[in-house]
Amino acid sequence: MTRLLIAIPTIFGVTVIIFLIMRALPGDPLSVFYDPSQIVIMSDRERASIMADLGLDRPLVVQYSVWAGNALTGDLGTSFLRGDAISETIRRRGAISAEIGILSILIAWLLGLPVGILSAMRPNSFADGVASLFTVLFLAIPGFWLGLLIVLGLIHGWSYHPPIISSQIWQDPWANLQIVAGPALVLGLAQAAFVARMARSSLFEVFREDYVRTARAKGMRESVVLFRHALPNALLPVITLSGVLLGFALGGSVTVERAFGTPGLGNTLISGAIDRDTTMVQSIVLVYSMVFIGMNLLVDLSYSWIDPRIRLG
Amino acid sequence: MQSILKANGFDVLRHILKLVMGSVQKYRVFARRRTVAAIWLTVIGLLVLISVAAPLAAPHDPYKPDFKKVTVGPNIDNWFGTDFLGRDQVSRIVYGGRTSLFIGFVSVFLGIGIGSLWGMVSGYLGGKFDLVSQRILEILMAIPGLILAMILMFILGASVWTLIVAIAFTRLAFGARVIRAVSLSVREMAYVEAARSIGAPSWRVMAFHVAPQTFAPFLVLVTTNIGIAILIEASLGFIGLGIAPPTPTWGSMLGVAASNLEPFWWLVFFPGLFITVAVLAFNLAGDGLQDVLDPRSRGSLG
Repeated sequence: MTRLLIAIPTIFGVTVIIFLIMRALPGDPLSVFYDPSQIVIMSDRERASIMADLGLDRPLVVQYSVWAGNALTGDLGTSFLRGDAISETIRRRGAISAEIGILSILIAWLLGLPVGILSAMRPNSFADGVASLFTVLFLAIPGFWLGLLIVLGLIHGWSYHPPIISSQIWQDPWANLQIVAGPALVLGLAQAAFVARMARSSLFEVFREDYVRTARAKGMRESVVLFRHALPNALLPVITLSGVLLGFALGGSVTVERAFGTPGLGNTLISGAIDRDTTMVQSIVLVYSMVFIGMNLLVDLSYSWIDPRIRLG
Repeated sequence: MQSILKANGFDVLRHILKLVMGSVQKYRVFARRRTVAAIWLTVIGLLVLISVAAPLAAPHDPYKPDFKKVTVGPNIDNWFGTDFLGRDQVSRIVYGGRTSLFIGFVSVFLGIGIGSLWGMVSGYLGGKFDLVSQRILEILMAIPGLILAMILMFILGASVWTLIVAIAFTRLAFGARVIRAVSLSVREMAYVEAARSIGAPSWRVMAFHVAPQTFAPFLVLVTTNIGIAILIEASLGFIGLGIAPPTPTWGSMLGVAASNLEPFWWLVFFPGLFITVAVLAFNLAGDGLQDVLDPRSRGSLG
């Protein structure tokens, strides 16, 4: 509970930082469309009236509180260029990104954990060597490059391209899966490498503990030793570090979505940045940060739930 | 002291020679003990060498279009093929590496350097200053690095120096966090206590007694973070928020190749390969350095 309260100032600080970066740095959101030295797109009066319409002529503090207050109620304003509600776009696009995120985490743990366990149980074996080669490789390969290569391979090898029209899982599950599978796989592999590596080193450490030796000396089956005694303790550091991992995955998902042309939140962020749609960029960055904070909170909470010795706050 | 004052040119030369021989010897010991790390450290050295000597290393002019051979696949003359303007890919990758590595090095030294300084001061002084900076760092870390760099680039506009500032900004918190922990533990050591008790001012204790202790972790931080910085730079270039077109970077080469309707495999494969090798090299060299400099801790990604 206290943990939740601690998160509030962080959330507040993040919104202030995002707001300051977007507003206080040189130029206001209209300066892209208005440049006196070049072709005049807007007259001074037009500009002033638009500024007043958007509330950009008011002091920064007022602007911030209006923006933050509206964001609290779920109203993120309208897109600078398209004029449709941003929250609607985010809901539609965000669903696909969330799906990709959840699927990739699933892949990461289902793939990474067994690999980590296997290589910890047979250290320096051939399988361990192959596993560590792959983990090191997937930690370094940029996700978007792997994505591009997959897309290229599919086009050249099978002249296949995932459906371009976006569809939600409840509308057309098969089309949706084709859109989501690629990015989820690429993101999942990178995270799996991380999980495998952490699980290996952490299990390795736990295997040397006295209580594991005792369990083995009692003649317990290896599977019981592993799953009942070693694994729960070994998982703690892995879970703690998965907060860091999430940051990478969230950032990485933006470029990976671009590589696959996925109609997700990341792609919307990039097109917003290219079109210089300030309100859109600001809102999506806010969403990403909130998701990141929320996930880290979840990691913290699950940590104390798994290990009763730790009571946070 | 005296020998340095009286030294003539020959002595200086001999001294330098001795230093070089010494480090070669050290490197050989290092290579025997950490073969993998040493190999990748050599790879880094090669990449840096190629980048520094780019005008010599590049077989063609990376900026000169040749419309007689547009998007030609890899052949004897152009090993990695040519791009949409008929420019040689090998040369563009060499020059791209120059920009990418330069941005990686400078941004990390700037970001991790300032962050480390901040962390050291904050850990040593403690109290209110530490509390406030801890909160600020928490806020900075609550925005995913790539996305933070993205909005900074979005606002600052594209150039080499804004790119460096944006990436450095995302590295601040990582440097500060690690070095603060080191500084906290060093602060309690007896020799620091002794320095304090004879009346040395805080800045002096920090500069002469705490700072040297943070050097090894700083080196490890820099090495592993350069890999991350190269990745961020590549990502920004890929999505079109990097440096403006004529200057090649590995990321922007990928971005241009991908934005075409029918991507040609050599335009995608080779720049990405170099990003991967560079990141791999810095990651593994960093792990090796960590093992050598601080054998207690396990390798982790941070």
